[in-house]
Amino acid sequence: MLELRNVSKRVGKDMHIHPTSLTLQRGTLNVLLGPTLSGKTSLMRLMAGLDRPTEGAILFDGADVTGAPVQKRNVAMVYQQFINYPLLTVYENIASPMRISGADASTIDREVRKAAEILKLTPYLERTPLNLSGGQQQRTALARAIVKKASLVLLDEPLANLDYKLREELRDELPKIFAESGAIFVYATTEPSEALLLGGNTATMSEGRITQFGRTIDVYRRPADLLTARTFADPPLNIAQVVRRGGQFFVGDRLFVDVPAHLSGIPEGPVNIGFQPHHLFPAATAHAKQPIAVHTAISEIAGSESFIHIDFGSERWVMLARGVHEFEPDLDMQVYLDTRHLMAFDAAGRAIGAPAPAEG
Amino acid sequence: MARITLDHIRHAYSPEAEARGDYALKEVHHEWEDGGAYALLGPSGCGKTTLLNIISGLIRPSGGRIAFNGVDVTDLPTEARNIAQVFQFPVVYDTMTVYDNLAFPLRNRHVPEAQVDKRVREILAMTDLESMAKQRARGLTADQKQKISLARGLVRADVNAILFDEPLTVIDPHLKWMLRSQLKQLHRSSGFTMVYVTHDQTEALTFADKVVVMYEGEIVQIGTPTELFERPSHTFVGYFIGSPGMNVMPAAVQGRTAVIGGQEIALAGTPKLGGEGRIELGIRPEFVRLERGGLPISIDKVEDIGRQKIVRARFAGHPLSIVLDEDQDIPADAGARFEPGAIGIYANSWRVGMEA
Amino acid sequence: MEKTWNNKAWFMVLPVLVLVAFSAVIPLMTVVNYSVQDTFGNNEFFWNGTQWFTDLLRSQRFWDSLSRNLIFSGIILALEIPLGILIALNMPKKGAWVSVCLVLMALPLLVPWNVVGTIWQIFGRTDIGLFGYVANALGFDYNYVQDPVDAWLTVIVMDVWHWTSLVVLLCYASLVSIPDAYYQAAKIDGASRLAVFRYIQLPKMRRVLTIAILLRFMDSFMIYTEPFVVTGGGPGNSTTFLSIDLVKMALGQFDLGPAAAMSIVYFLIILLFSWVFYTVMTASDAQN
Repeated sequence: MLELRNVSKRVGKDMHIHPTSLTLQRGTLNVLLGPTLSGKTSLMRLMAGLDRPTEGAILFDGADVTGAPVQKRNVAMVYQQFINYPLLTVYENIASPMRISGADASTIDREVRKAAEILKLTPYLERTPLNLSGGQQQRTALARAIVKKASLVLLDEPLANLDYKLREELRDELPKIFAESGAIFVYATTEPSEALLLGGNTATMSEGRITQFGRTIDVYRRPADLLTARTFADPPLNIAQVVRRGGQFFVGDRLFVDVPAHLSGIPEGPVNIGFQPHHLFPAATAHAKQPIAVHTAISEIAGSESFIHIDFGSERWVMLARGVHEFEPDLDMQVYLDTRHLMAFDAAGRAIGAPAPAEG
Repeated sequence: MARITLDHIRHAYSPEAEARGDYALKEVHHEWEDGGAYALLGPSGCGKTTLLNIISGLIRPSGGRIAFNGVDVTDLPTEARNIAQVFQFPVVYDTMTVYDNLAFPLRNRHVPEAQVDKRVREILAMTDLESMAKQRARGLTADQKQKISLARGLVRADVNAILFDEPLTVIDPHLKWMLRSQLKQLHRSSGFTMVYVTHDQTEALTFADKVVVMYEGEIVQIGTPTELFERPSHTFVGYFIGSPGMNVMPAAVQGRTAVIGGQEIALAGTPKLGGEGRIELGIRPEFVRLERGGLPISIDKVEDIGRQKIVRARFAGHPLSIVLDEDQDIPADAGARFEPGAIGIYANSWRVGMEA
Repeated sequence: MEKTWNNKAWFMVLPVLVLVAFSAVIPLMTVVNYSVQDTFGNNEFFWNGTQWFTDLLRSQRFWDSLSRNLIFSGIILALEIPLGILIALNMPKKGAWVSVCLVLMALPLLVPWNVVGTIWQIFGRTDIGLFGYVANALGFDYNYVQDPVDAWLTVIVMDVWHWTSLVVLLCYASLVSIPDAYYQAAKIDGASRLAVFRYIQLPKMRRVLTIAILLRFMDSFMIYTEPFVVTGGGPGNSTTFLSIDLVKMALGQFDLGPAAAMSIVYFLIILLFSWVFYTVMTASDAQN
C-alpha cells in the first residue's frame, strides 16, 4: 500500500504539486489522467523517490519512506522514450535489474525467458535494442520492469510514442501482464480514452492537483466537479448554462429540456449542465425527444461515426453520431439530447447532480 | 493549388535494395484532385513518409514521374515546387514575432509590404492568432507553435499543396479536437490541396475526403472514410481502421452461406470465388448483434469504456469482438447475429465481390 | 535508476579537493602574502602595505602590456569567432567526411602549446623556415625577429591556427543538433542562405558562442607560452603581454612583491571581464 499524506512539491516559487493525499492499494492499476504539465510526472517522481516532497509524508506498507532515495525503494519505471541499454542484447537488458540484485544465473534465465514470452520478445533476445521496432523496444523496457518484481511500477505515458494500433495491442496486454504481480501500478496518460480502456482507478489531475480519485468508470460518469468532467471527456464535454424553473430547464426564455428524474433534487435557479457528445442525436429517439436549436460549424466523418461541431449560443458543442451524417456548415438545425446522462454543476463548478453509479 | 499526378512512382533507398526488389514504396499510380484533402494512413514503415517526401521533393523516386497540374516536377528541388509543409514537431522561427513568422515566406519572395500585411492579417484572423501577433514565437505552447506553422503554410495564396507530417503528435487530446476541426474548416475556406500523413485513424478519417491506406510499401485501399469502414478491400484495412478492428475468421463458403466451425452464416450474395487460397470472413464489431437464439458464443469479458461497451467473446474457437451502445444490456444466454450486408468475404486477404 | 546507493563515492572526490587546494588555493594565498610585503632575500619579509599596487598602477610598463593584451584579445576574437562559424557552417553534416573533418579540426588542439610555439618559430624563420623563406623569396620583407608588425602577425596567425578549431567544434556540435525539419521548412519558405543563418542557425548557436567567446577571451588574455617561445616578447617590448611581463619580473628580476601584486591585478581583470561579459550575454538571453 502506497500512501501519500499531504505531499506537496514546490520548486522556487512554483507549486508543482499542491498538498495531495492519496492511497493506492496493492494489485491495483491506477491511472493519472491530465493534460501536459498538469503534474503527472512530478507526482510520479515523488512516488518513486526521485524527488523529495517539500512537505508531507510518503508511506509504503505503513513504513515512512519520505526521504529514502529511489535506490532503496523497490520501484520500476517505464518512460515515454524507449530507454534501454543500447549495447546490451535484449536478453541482457531484461536481465540487468536481476544482475544488479545478484540473482543466480538459472533464476535469471528462467525469469528473463518468462518475461520475454509474455511480451512476445522470445525471437529477439539476442538482438540489440536499436535493431528493434519502437514497439519491441518498449516491450523490452516493460519486460525489465516485470523481472524486477518491483512493488511499485510507474509507467509515464509508455505508449505515447507508439503507433495507434500498437498502442491498442499493448494496452490490452498491460493489465493482464501486471495483474498477477500484485504490485501497485501507476499509469500516466493525457488521453481519456486510454484511461477508460485500461479501467482500474483513475486520478484526474489539473494544474498540480488531483481533482478526483476513484474507480475509472465512476469518475467518468460521476465527476465531482466541472474541471474533472472536462479533463475526462474526449471529445470535449458539452456545456449549457441553463436556469431551472420547476420541472424544466430554460435558456433565457426558451425551453431547453425537461429536468430528468435523476436531477429532480437540484435547486431552482441557474445551473451548468454538462453532457457527453454521444448523448446528442441528429434525430429524435426514445430517450431524446425535445429539439434544441443549434447552428452547424463543421462535420467530420470518421467512417462508423460522425463528429458534428455545432454552436449553441456562445458555446461550441460536439455531437458524436453513429453512422454518416454530413451537414453543410452555417446551417440552422435541431439536435436531441438524451437527458438520462446529464450532469449538473453549481456556479462554483461543484457537481450537484449526476447519473446513477454504474453497476459491477 | 494543384492536381497531383503520381505516375508509376516507386522507391528503394539504395541501388542494392532495388536490385533485390526491396522497395520501401512499391508502385503507386494515382491522380489526386485539385483541392482535395488526402490522408496517408498506415503503421510505421509502411512507406507513407517516403511517399510524402517524394511529393515534397526531399526524395527523388527511383522510378516513375510526379507532376503538379500536368507539369513534371520529378527533378525539381523542394524550394522550386511551391509547396508548404507542417512537420511533426512545430517549426517556428523563435526569434521572430508571430506576425513576422507568417510574413517570412512572403518577404522572402519580395512581395510588396502592403500586400504582405494584408495577407498576414487575413490568415491571422482565419487561424485565431490575431491576439498574439506581436508576441515572440519563443515561449509559446506546442499547440500555439503548431498553429503558427500551419498559418505559415496557408499564407502563400499560390502554393500547389500543403503537406502535413503527423502534425498533431505533440498536441494534447482536447486541443487536438480544436486544431483538427479548425484545419478542416481551413481546408474548406482555402481550397488548397492537402496531404496529411498519420498513423492515427481518427485524424485520417476526420480530415480527409479520401484516405489512402498503406501497408508494407503498397497502397491497399483508397476510399472515403465510409468506404473504408463499410467495405475494407483488404483484411489489413479492416484491422487497422476501427477500434477494435474487424473480426476476421477462417471460413468455408458454399453458395450464399459461409461456414465457420460447423455454424452456418447467411451472406447477402454469392461471393465470386476462383476456388483458390485462404478464405476468410470479416465483420466489424459494430455489425454483430447480441440477441437470444443467435450463433452460440462464449463471453470472456465486457469492457465498459464509457460511451460504448466492448464484449470480448469466442465464436467457434475464434476471438470475436462486439461493440454495444452505452445503455444496451446483454441478454442472458445471448448469441451473436452477423448482419448479412456487413459481411465481407476475403480470399488471400483481398475482398471478393458478390453476386446478388 | 538501477545503481547501488552508498556514500563511498564521496571519497573518490577527495584527491581532486586536495589537488585544488594545493594547486590553486594555497598558491593564491601565498601570492596575496607576497603582494603586501617586501623582501631582500634570506626569507626576511617586511610589511609594505599597498605600495606594490600603487607602483604598479602608476607604471607605464604595466599599462602598455595591458593594452597590448586587450588589442590582442580583440583581434583574436574578431578573427576566430567569425572564422570558426564559417568553417563549422561548411563542414559536412553526415557521411564519411564528418570524421575526417573532425579529426583534422581536433589536431591543432592536441598539440602542446610550447610545441605550437616551436613549430611557428621555425616555420617563420627567414633562413630555414618554409614560410619565412618563401615570403622573403617572393619579395616580402618578413622578419618576425626584427619587425614588430611581423611579430604580431606571426603570433596572431599562430593563435588562430591553434584555437579556431575549438570554436569550430563548439559551433558544429550545436549545428548538427538542429533537426532537418528546420532546414526543410526554410527551403519551403524560400529563405535565403543568409536568412537561414540569421533565423535558424545563429539563434541555435547563441549559447555555445557565449561559451566560445568567453573561453577564447580568457585564454587569449592569458597567452604566454606561444609568444614566449616565438618572440620572447620582442622585438623590443612589442609582444610583451602581461603574462610575459609578469614572468620577466618574477623570475628574471626576482621582484616577488611587485610580481605578486601584478598577478592579483591580472587575475582580477580577467575575472572582471569574464563576469561583465557573461552577465551581458545571459541577460540578453533572458530578455528573449
